[in-house]
Amino acid sequence: MSKNKYLYKRHNTWWVKLSVPKTLRDKLGYDLRQTTGTSNLDEAIIKRDQIVQEFRDIINTEKNLLEKSSLYNEVSNNSDVPVSEHMPKTDISDPQYFHKVVDCQWACPAHTNVPEYIRLIAQKKYTDAYMLNWKSNVFPGILGRTCDRPCEPACRRSRTHEEPVAICRLKRVAADNKEDFDALLPEIPSEKNGKQIALIGGGPASLTVARDLLPLGYEVTVFEKDPKPGGLMRTNIPSFRLPEEVLDEEVYRVIKMGAKFVNNTEIKSMKSLVDDEKFDAIFVGTGAPKGKNLNIPGRDEASENIHIGIDWLTSIAFEHISSIGKKVVVIGGGNTAMDCCRTAIRLGAEDVKVTVRSPFEEMKASDWEIEEAIDEGIPILENTSPKEFVVDDNGKLKGVKFEKVAPQYSDDGKRKMVPTGEEIVIECDDVLLAIGQDNAFDWIERDIGMEFGEWDMPVVDKTTMQSTLPKVFFGGDAAWGPENIIWAVAHGHQAAISIDNYCNGVDLLDRPDPLTNLVSQKMGVHEWAYDNDISQEDRNIVPHADHSEALKSLKVEVELGYDEQLALDEAQRCLNCDMQTVFKEDLCIECDACVDICPTDCINFTDNGTEEFVRGSLRIPAVNLDQSLYVSDKLKTGRVMVKDEDVCVHCGLCAERCPTGAWDIQKFSYTEAQTLNSKDKKKYKEVA
Amino acid sequence: MTYIKKPINHHPNLKKNKLGLTRRDYEGAVSSLCAGCGHDSISAAIIDACFELNIEAYKVAKLSGIGCSSKAPAYFLNDSHGFNSVHGRMPSIATGASCANDDLLYIGVSGDGDSASIGMGQFVHAIRRQVDMTYIVENNGTYGLTKGQFSATNDKDSPNKYGEENPFPPVDLAALAIQLGASYVARSFSGDREQLVPLIMGAFQHKGFALLDIISPCVTFNNHDASTKSYDHIREHNDALGKVDFVPLGREITANYEEGETVEVNLHDGSKMSLEKLDSSYDPTDANLALNTVREKNDEGKVATGLLYIDTKAPDLYETLNAIDKPLNMLNEKELCPGSDKLKTINEGLN
Repeated sequence: MSKNKYLYKRHNTWWVKLSVPKTLRDKLGYDLRQTTGTSNLDEAIIKRDQIVQEFRDIINTEKNLLEKSSLYNEVSNNSDVPVSEHMPKTDISDPQYFHKVVDCQWACPAHTNVPEYIRLIAQKKYTDAYMLNWKSNVFPGILGRTCDRPCEPACRRSRTHEEPVAICRLKRVAADNKEDFDALLPEIPSEKNGKQIALIGGGPASLTVARDLLPLGYEVTVFEKDPKPGGLMRTNIPSFRLPEEVLDEEVYRVIKMGAKFVNNTEIKSMKSLVDDEKFDAIFVGTGAPKGKNLNIPGRDEASENIHIGIDWLTSIAFEHISSIGKKVVVIGGGNTAMDCCRTAIRLGAEDVKVTVRSPFEEMKASDWEIEEAIDEGIPILENTSPKEFVVDDNGKLKGVKFEKVAPQYSDDGKRKMVPTGEEIVIECDDVLLAIGQDNAFDWIERDIGMEFGEWDMPVVDKTTMQSTLPKVFFGGDAAWGPENIIWAVAHGHQAAISIDNYCNGVDLLDRPDPLTNLVSQKMGVHEWAYDNDISQEDRNIVPHADHSEALKSLKVEVELGYDEQLALDEAQRCLNCDMQTVFKEDLCIECDACVDICPTDCINFTDNGTEEFVRGSLRIPAVNLDQSLYVSDKLKTGRVMVKDEDVCVHCGLCAERCPTGAWDIQKFSYTEAQTLNSKDKKKYKEVA
Repeated sequence: MTYIKKPINHHPNLKKNKLGLTRRDYEGAVSSLCAGCGHDSISAAIIDACFELNIEAYKVAKLSGIGCSSKAPAYFLNDSHGFNSVHGRMPSIATGASCANDDLLYIGVSGDGDSASIGMGQFVHAIRRQVDMTYIVENNGTYGLTKGQFSATNDKDSPNKYGEENPFPPVDLAALAIQLGASYVARSFSGDREQLVPLIMGAFQHKGFALLDIISPCVTFNNHDASTKSYDHIREHNDALGKVDFVPLGREITANYEEGETVEVNLHDGSKMSLEKLDSSYDPTDANLALNTVREKNDEGKVATGLLYIDTKAPDLYETLNAIDKPLNMLNEKELCPGSDKLKTINEGLN
């Protein structure tokens, strides 16, 4: 067991954390954790084993109970089930079936083909890996450092092994090592199509729309209130996480494709823009730019030393602020709070504390950002709710008074924070508020025919990104509130498709299909076109800059990224989930060779029945309901082949050991529809 | 031959037995037999049986001779003892080993060539002596390793891959074993895991010679349309005499059967073989009936499978030899040497 396995540090104390299998999370929560009560790692390691064993016992007991209940007892009488209720043959011609098997790609809002670019990295084809990313998510270098990584919790490896592949950090490897690729960029037609598009806000959503529309001959104008493009990527992400050169390179690449960039221009009236006949369509990508305020006693008196987190970060990004008091309190538990506290330290603050109203486990910030803040020596005080800003006689901020609260859960699982009666005062010179962000649509007149709904947010169609005013589209945080960069990119792609359809008089719901392909990987009797050796290595840690360097300056990037060897090792951990196991029932002789060789017992030959019956009757019951079953047509013996996709490691042994070629390994590639890759469609030809 | 390494990781919910082992812990090397070989299914069934019976691999000896079948012991129970003997001589090695240490579980794996041709002489005497072992014949009716000639168990008139018909009648190893007094005789099909695993478990727990004649199609040379040992032919002509279940000690029989529908046989360790009879007149403890049934089914063109014959009272080799309980190879000098006083007595007796 590695030194830190199951251990993490919290308030200078080592804790044990063990994740709970998906099926038990309703009952036990996402993970089990307990303090070891010591700050000494060696002592913690000794206590760890016992705690882990206790947790395992709890999990096993629950698992057995679960097995005894529902699923397992149903497996008695199948003969009464009418054939009409049997599981139908899986339709693998549906592109979404195999797409769902590629867990990372399925989880990614932009549906980036992760396994393919990891394979390209493994082949040291960094530029190709970068281009694959760039086409799909526009900002690989930025996302490789800052993405919220929905792909990683989805990674199959977290089910078959312990930790997911470091997908995000591999993306950065592609960006760090790429070579010149200008020749690979899409061509921008010199003859324009005569359509003008206004993009409000210069963040990731707008830039994605620009990137998708420029190659089709559109003329786009980006209006940005700040001096430089990038939106929150520039203003809210400190440069020790995202160096300015990386940001500039990818943001200006889009601008250089021919977008007209109008800086320092805040659009004050939607009406004037809608009425301006110059623009055929308008896209709103203004984000959620308003930081929430905290109205408690003392707020007004001490306002000079109380800062809204995102505004404060913006001022630092544009170098309007370069110092802060010695003692700083950050209020809030999201990623902005983590950025604020780490920035404060770099500006020279000596005592920075983060206070969170919720319990530590329920903090909104990403685990890795919390870890880094703690790693930089910043304490996080949980269950601490602000009551009052304490001001001295001169009206200067002296500190913040908090009351300690404790979570209380009602029967339906809802949490309420109840005061314990204890109060503390934390002395400080400055307070940073990072308690959430709101949209700000006061610049959109309410009488121009655009419908506003709940929370005073415009009504936006989930598929088309169109508002109720047909020529206006929304995306990114502006559409449905704060999300993250990769969602903004995904929205941008969809909005670009809609705008393109709209400008060409095509129904907005007539959307291009994804591009898919399924190609056999068999090269010879025992040769396969992919590397199917399953690495059993642990996740590789990304090297960090030394604290003595990193904490001194805002400009020193903390994460150094993988070097080539680490990157290749990490790439090897990918299970190649896009290498699909494809089954042809007419070739199968039911010899069981695949059943016997499968390392993870995915393959079964069994009687058909209802899904519940089939799931329960497998060699190892398929209890992960999020994962599909691959069901064949009826075989000669009347049984069907059922493969549980849950923990298949795509090693290809089933195909290797199949005497008749009934199993084959075929590479499934799925490219999400974009204006860029659907140019071959008829409507685009007509435009051209 | 497969070159891909089998990944060591397994399904997170893979069951553990009483020893805390998973089925994967009973595996051997990845098979080098042809993909789809029936022998691999039998190896997997042996693994299942060992897992279910909580067998400790170090208490098992795997023995084999020569042939495709005889390679199979490499593909299960990596941590067991093994002996790969000369062609057809496995029964003799097993007899010797069993005499030396009857505490081990002996699994002999042989084929139709190794047992019914070159090894016939050894085979019959191991049965006659009731060596306490499980003797598995992986029977595919062909010499796969030498490119598909007829073996002695290939049915008369059943052609080889190239269309030539077999002019000779087959040796029926199961019938032969019943005749020679084997106390546990079963026939099964590698493709019927539900029947095969309980039969193997029963054989492991049985005291005395247990023969399992398992039809195991050769995908490369004897799985063609006209073969009587192909997957399809056996599936069509398989006539199971009963549904076999192995009931370990301490587990209750939960299924409810009408009286007369089941036969239960107690094994020496307290576990049971339970046979749900499909043919109500069948009684697996009657050797004559068993022989007749096998022949009748054969005449009908069917293959009688299941537990054909069992006798739990027959003495095994160790008992017949009146050997002591302790394995002979564990006796020390003191126990083996009667001492000079005894010698003196013996010598005086010779005068």
